[in-house]
Amino acid sequence: MLNPDLKLNKKLFDKDVEHAPIRKGFGEGLLLAGENNPQVVGLCADLTESTHMNLFRDKFPNRFIQVGVAEQNLASVASGMASMGKIPFISSYAMFSPGRNWEQIRTTICYNNRPVKIAGSHAGVSVGPDGGTHQAIEDIAITRVIPRMIVISPCDTLEAQRATIASVETGTPVYLRLAREKTPIMTTKETPFEIGKAQTFWQSDNPQVGIIATGALLYKALETAKKLEDEISIEVLNLSTIKPLDEDAIIKLAKKAGRIITIEEHQIAGGMGSAVAECLARNYPVPMEFVGVHDQFGQSGTPDELIEHYGMGTNSIITTVRRILKR
Amino acid sequence: MYLTDERNIELQEIANKIRVSIIDALVRAGSGHTAGSLDMTDIFTALYFHTLRHRPEEPHWSERDRLVLSNGHICPVLYAAMAHAGYFPVAELKTLRQFGSRLQGHPHRDFLPMLETSSGPLGSGLSQAVGMALADAMDVGTKSARRIYALLSDGELECGQTWEAAMLAGKNNLANLVAVVDRNNIQIDGYTEEVMPLEPLSDKWRAWNWHVIEIDGHNMEEITDAFEKAKAVLENPTVIIAHTVAGKGVPGFERDYRWHGKPPNKEEASKALGELRTLGGKIKQGE
Repeated sequence: MLNPDLKLNKKLFDKDVEHAPIRKGFGEGLLLAGENNPQVVGLCADLTESTHMNLFRDKFPNRFIQVGVAEQNLASVASGMASMGKIPFISSYAMFSPGRNWEQIRTTICYNNRPVKIAGSHAGVSVGPDGGTHQAIEDIAITRVIPRMIVISPCDTLEAQRATIASVETGTPVYLRLAREKTPIMTTKETPFEIGKAQTFWQSDNPQVGIIATGALLYKALETAKKLEDEISIEVLNLSTIKPLDEDAIIKLAKKAGRIITIEEHQIAGGMGSAVAECLARNYPVPMEFVGVHDQFGQSGTPDELIEHYGMGTNSIITTVRRILKR
Repeated sequence: MYLTDERNIELQEIANKIRVSIIDALVRAGSGHTAGSLDMTDIFTALYFHTLRHRPEEPHWSERDRLVLSNGHICPVLYAAMAHAGYFPVAELKTLRQFGSRLQGHPHRDFLPMLETSSGPLGSGLSQAVGMALADAMDVGTKSARRIYALLSDGELECGQTWEAAMLAGKNNLANLVAVVDRNNIQIDGYTEEVMPLEPLSDKWRAWNWHVIEIDGHNMEEITDAFEKAKAVLENPTVIIAHTVAGKGVPGFERDYRWHGKPPNKEEASKALGELRTLGGKIKQGE
C-alpha cells in the first residue's frame, strides 16, 4: 500500500491523475528561491522558456543572464558569479549541460568548489520526437563521479520544486535532472522532502522484491506493485537523491526483500542502478536486476513508444519482477 | 597612478627578484613551465606592486580587485609575485609541485584558499572573470571601484570558450573587466602562427566590442599606463595585448618554444640565475 506518512496524491492510481512536466517544477521552484534569497541568479543558454527559467527571468530581469548557445561559458561564468557570493542556477538541456560542458563543470565548479546549481532538462528517452541527439541518458553517470556534486533526479513536478528550493542551501554544486514530458504527480505539497533521503512510497510487510526507482519511472514501479499486489509483495523506494546515496535505506530494503530491481530512464552502465550495486556489493550483496537503457542511443517516437521499446515500460518491469523471483 | 622614474626602477628590481624566485622554484621542482612564467613577470609585478587594490595581510578583503589566472600553468610567477607581495613566505616557493604543498602544479584553491580560482585546463578563465564582473555590475554597476583582471595566454585563444566569454562581456559592456593577453607567440607544439594563426588578433577583440590596447609587455611604464587607461574606458571591457618575449630575462631561454613546458636543469638554472643576478653582466654578481 501507499505509505500514508508521505501524504502522497490520493488520485495517484486514478485515470485522471494530474500530469505536469518535471521541468516546470524547477521553474516554479527557482522563482520561489529567487523571492526568498536575493543572491539567487539565473543563467541560461538560449532555452529559457523550455527550461521554465522564464518565470525567474520575468520576475527578476536584473538577476538573469542570457549567455546564448554557449554551454561551456554558461558553466564557467556561473562559477565566477558564485565566487562573488551569488548562488547561480544554470539551465539548458542535459545533453549540453552537463553534457557538452562536463570539463568546465568539473574544473571551474566542482574542483573550484563553487556552489553552482545545474538544471539539465530533457533527460531520458521520453524527450520523444526530437530523437537521440537530444535524449540525455548518460548524465547521471557523468555527474555522480565528480567529487562534491549532489545529484538529484526528482520523480515529479512538485518534488522538482522542492529539490530546487532545497539546493539553494547546500553550499555545494548540485545537478538537478529534469524531464520534458508531462508525467503523473505522485506527491503533494505536504509530502516531506530532504536531499539525501530515500522514501518508501509503496510498503509491504514481507516484500519478496524491492524496487528502487528514480525520476518519473517511479510511477511505473508503483503501478507494477499495485498490479501484482495479490500475487507478489513488493516494496518501492523513491531514490530521488542519487548522490549522496541513502545507503541505510538501500541496505535496509535489501535485507528485507532479498532481491533488488533498479529502474531509471538512463543507461544501465554508470547510472543509479550502478550506484545501488556499488553500495550493496560492499554491504549486503543480493540478486539484482537493472531496468534502463542497454548500451544504446535513443531515437524519435512518442515517449510511450520509446519507454516500451527500450524496455522500461510496466510490462518489462513485471517481466523483470518474475525473472528475479526465480533467482 | 602614473610611474615616477624612481618607482619604475624599483618595480624592475622587484621583477628581477621574482624571476630569480621562479628559476629557483622550477629547478627544485624538476618540472613546470618556464617561458610564460618569465615573460609575464613584469606584468605580474606591475599588478601586485602597483595597480591592484588588495591587502596581502587580508586576502579575502571583499573590496579587493580580482585577479584570475586562466593559463594556470604559469603559476610559478603567480606564486612568486604573491610571496614577494607578502601573501606567504618567499621560502615556501621551494615547495612548488611537491606532495602536500600549498603550491600545486596548477593552482588549486583547496590548497591555497587565497587564490581567486583553481585553474589549469585552458580557455575557462575569461568566462570566470566575466562572471565576477557581471556579479559586481549587478551589485554596484559597471563603474564599480572593484576591477576584475583576467590573465590569458595567446595559445588559449584557440579555445572557442574564450570567444564565448568575449562575446558576453562585449554584450554586457563590462567596463569593470580587463583582460591581458600574453602575446609571446609560442605554445607547446611550436609558434602560434604555425600551430593556429591568431592574427589579426586585435581586430578579433574589436569585433566583440572590446577596447584594445597593445603594449610592450616588458616596459613597466607602458604596462602601468595601460591599466590606468583602461579605467577611463566606461563603455567596453578592455583587452591589453601584451607583446612579450617568451622566457624574458634569461637570454638562453628567450623566444624558444621548447621552454614552454620544461624547467631548467641545475646547470641551466645556475647560468640563468647568474644572468638575472647580474642583470645580464651589467652589475657584478653579489652586488
